Amino acid sequence: MTTHTLSRRQFLKRTGVIVSTFTLAGPTAIAQQSTPLPGGLSNNRMLDGWVRINSNNTVTVFTGKCEIGQGILTALAQIAADELDVAYERVEIISADTARTPNEGMTAGSLSVENSGTALRFACAEARGMLLAAASRKLNVAVEKLSVADGAISATPVRMTYWEVAKDVSFKREATATFKPKPVAQHKVIGKNVPRLDLPAKVTGGTAYVQDMRLPGMLFGRVVRPPSYRATLQSVDEAAVRAMPGVVAVTRDGNFLAVAAEREEQAIKAAQALRASAKWNETPDLPPSGLALYDHLKKMPARDSVINTKTPVNASGGKITTIEAEYTRPFQAHGALGPSAAVAQFQDGKYQVWTHSQGVFPLRTDLAKALKTTVANVTCTHVEGAGCYGHNGADDAACDAALLARATNGRPVKLQWMRDDEFVWEPYGSAMIMKMQAQLDEAKNIVSWQHEIWSHPHNTRPTSNAAGSFVLGGWHLANPVPPVVPNNGPQPAGAADRNAVPLYDFPRQNILLHYVTDMPVRTSALRTLGAYANVFALESFIDEVALAAGADPVEFRLRHMKNPRARAVIELAAQKAGWKPGAKGNGTSGRGIAFAQYKNLACYCAVVADVTVDRTDNVRVTRAVSAVDAGLIINPEGIIHQIEGGIIQSASWTLKEQVKFDRQRITTRSWADYPIFTFNDVPAVEVHLINMPNERPLGTGEGSQGPAVAAIANAIANATGKRPRDLPFTPDKVRALTS
Amino acid sequence: MPDYILRVNGTQRTVSTDADTPLLYVLRNDFELNGPKYSCGMAQCGACTVHIEGRAARSCVTPVSSLAGKAVTTLEGIGTLDKMHPLQKAFLDEQAAQCGYCTSGMIMAAKALLDSTPKPSDAQIRNALAGNLCRCGSHNRIVRAVQRAAGAVKGA
Repeated sequence: MTTHTLSRRQFLKRTGVIVSTFTLAGPTAIAQQSTPLPGGLSNNRMLDGWVRINSNNTVTVFTGKCEIGQGILTALAQIAADELDVAYERVEIISADTARTPNEGMTAGSLSVENSGTALRFACAEARGMLLAAASRKLNVAVEKLSVADGAISATPVRMTYWEVAKDVSFKREATATFKPKPVAQHKVIGKNVPRLDLPAKVTGGTAYVQDMRLPGMLFGRVVRPPSYRATLQSVDEAAVRAMPGVVAVTRDGNFLAVAAEREEQAIKAAQALRASAKWNETPDLPPSGLALYDHLKKMPARDSVINTKTPVNASGGKITTIEAEYTRPFQAHGALGPSAAVAQFQDGKYQVWTHSQGVFPLRTDLAKALKTTVANVTCTHVEGAGCYGHNGADDAACDAALLARATNGRPVKLQWMRDDEFVWEPYGSAMIMKMQAQLDEAKNIVSWQHEIWSHPHNTRPTSNAAGSFVLGGWHLANPVPPVVPNNGPQPAGAADRNAVPLYDFPRQNILLHYVTDMPVRTSALRTLGAYANVFALESFIDEVALAAGADPVEFRLRHMKNPRARAVIELAAQKAGWKPGAKGNGTSGRGIAFAQYKNLACYCAVVADVTVDRTDNVRVTRAVSAVDAGLIINPEGIIHQIEGGIIQSASWTLKEQVKFDRQRITTRSWADYPIFTFNDVPAVEVHLINMPNERPLGTGEGSQGPAVAAIANAIANATGKRPRDLPFTPDKVRALTS
Repeated sequence: MPDYILRVNGTQRTVSTDADTPLLYVLRNDFELNGPKYSCGMAQCGACTVHIEGRAARSCVTPVSSLAGKAVTTLEGIGTLDKMHPLQKAFLDEQAAQCGYCTSGMIMAAKALLDSTPKPSDAQIRNALAGNLCRCGSHNRIVRAVQRAAGAVKGA
């Protein structure tokens, strides 16, 4: 979907007609036999798949990435405007549609600017070069003598526009990446605080989200999920529900149960009636809660692997001090403000699905499997939903809607999850244990470092390659398409082990993973995957070791860090926060610092947090100061907002959040069961950017989550003299520490 | 199903539905308004906030049968793309949203505050919005937008 304001009429126009005047090449087959191209171009090599010059004095660019509230389409439009030399207002951007855009897999991992942005830089530079070459021939003026301003090509006294010359230029060929993107000095839109394209509609009630879609004849759908993960449906009174007012269809297939009705409130009542009459068989097969959860996790069968190991050439002699600590993180929820939803229509054997999935192409494959049809019969179009922060119920809702649409005689159906559907069924960020060990030599330097992880999978998203299915609907059918066991993502990005390999220069290190593939509680990608917990442990523990070494936390970090960009953000954050070396907390207030380069590949980020601990043991983060190096800055405000939002969300996870369950059912069903930060909890946040115009742009969407949790933990330790190691730091946990 | 006459953003319409139908669904589906959002259905998050007779209310728990003779205002009723309310303009100026799903509720809750307290303090704004959840972490920008609108309202 484009980000420009979509009226209802536009929605219908855009979704009803598939324009195919450009090429969608099969991604992988070509990639395997061709030389690599920059960013997302490598797997989507046709130039006209990325950029098109329209006859109405505009340009259209295409991206396989989607808007999830992070402002990505605005940043990509900025890139296209600069590389093409057209006004930003002339750029239309179309995103994430299996019928129309490049296949760029998932919008995840803070990679969209790096992959799609890089592809668009090269594709647009090449398009500009081809247009200039054509104009040069027509005007009989050397290319070097031509200049472009907002699509107008001129060489005094002659002049010609992109829109005039475009009809003589075909982009129907593979990109070559031989036209170099512009140097920073020539950027006019990149680096500027261009306002977000999508916000005007959102502040005035325009059509913005899949929840806002209204199609002619559209029905309203609800799903009735089992009461627990592995419950099986024994009986349900479908006939009684079919007779209810407005009910058009009741679908039952194995353990999948859904209803469609003329009016939304009728669908809700019908779903309630179905739920009330359904009889399920359940088994109490969930793990214990509290600290017992972690003992249980450690005892589960695991795939053990050495993630990274380093042995010194010269082991230092002398007296060694060994320090150990263990950190834990519970299951945590995405908690999207808008529960997942999708619109689906089934006509003549073909499915059209409008979804807020982060990966319309992988989703299409999983839907085809669940629907027992071919991929060619399924079209998935991205339409925004509420912010998702990873793999929430979006893909599942898309499958639910498609399954239900089979029973509505061609009428489209909007299926909306209820709040408890989202809380109970979304895949959570995995519970994790991080067991740390470090050794100090006589000079109080770290000579050995060990980081051992126990974790469930962090990526059970739909994937185009797997044999199984990762959508709930597929699992619940009478003839189910069960999930396959996902592998842990490989280093250097990693998944469960993300950011467990220290960027510090330790002579000896050993990073171990116990990957627990059995998932009694459903888990998948929550913003940063394992990095939130691993940075929490790594950056808390380095403070513990600094304390044991009698060193200041900032000085101790810098002592072990050679990377100049890492050093720069640590130093800048400390300076801007007014860091005082060796400052002690006073029992009720304290300060902490932490650092990470997200994935050891994306932006560098340091956070200094100030906390207070009141008489009721309630922790408040009063201020957070952050320094960020994200390479070349595309949109400063966009980066600041991502870092600021990440700090606030991470602080909420850190002080408040854990999913609750008994031995049979998830018991987190509403916001009352899962409190998050409100306005009175939120700290003042400062973000300081270091622009590196000659470096490539680095992703920022997940950059601050890890540093924020560890800075808060370090600040609590600084304030109270006691080390919090078991998330979240609720008053009862802090009381147990300090009493 | 009984008929209910509803007045929303100055438009009157008769809706046939059950007495206990939440106003939210009538606004979204019968009036085709996108402002009020479904999020919790339990008055826990504020995404569905509208004004009833000028007072902020949670449309997800307000039955249509309680609205006879009462004026309902949604985000669409306070301003448009061409003629924005100062709060809408301020939210744009401060870029006070990431995903924007909470925005409508935030603006309507903030409008209720400014209607009674034209120059609120930071603490008054935070208290007034404490029942409205934002998951993206845009809180501080939202507070600044309300402060900005408060200034604009005074100057207008």
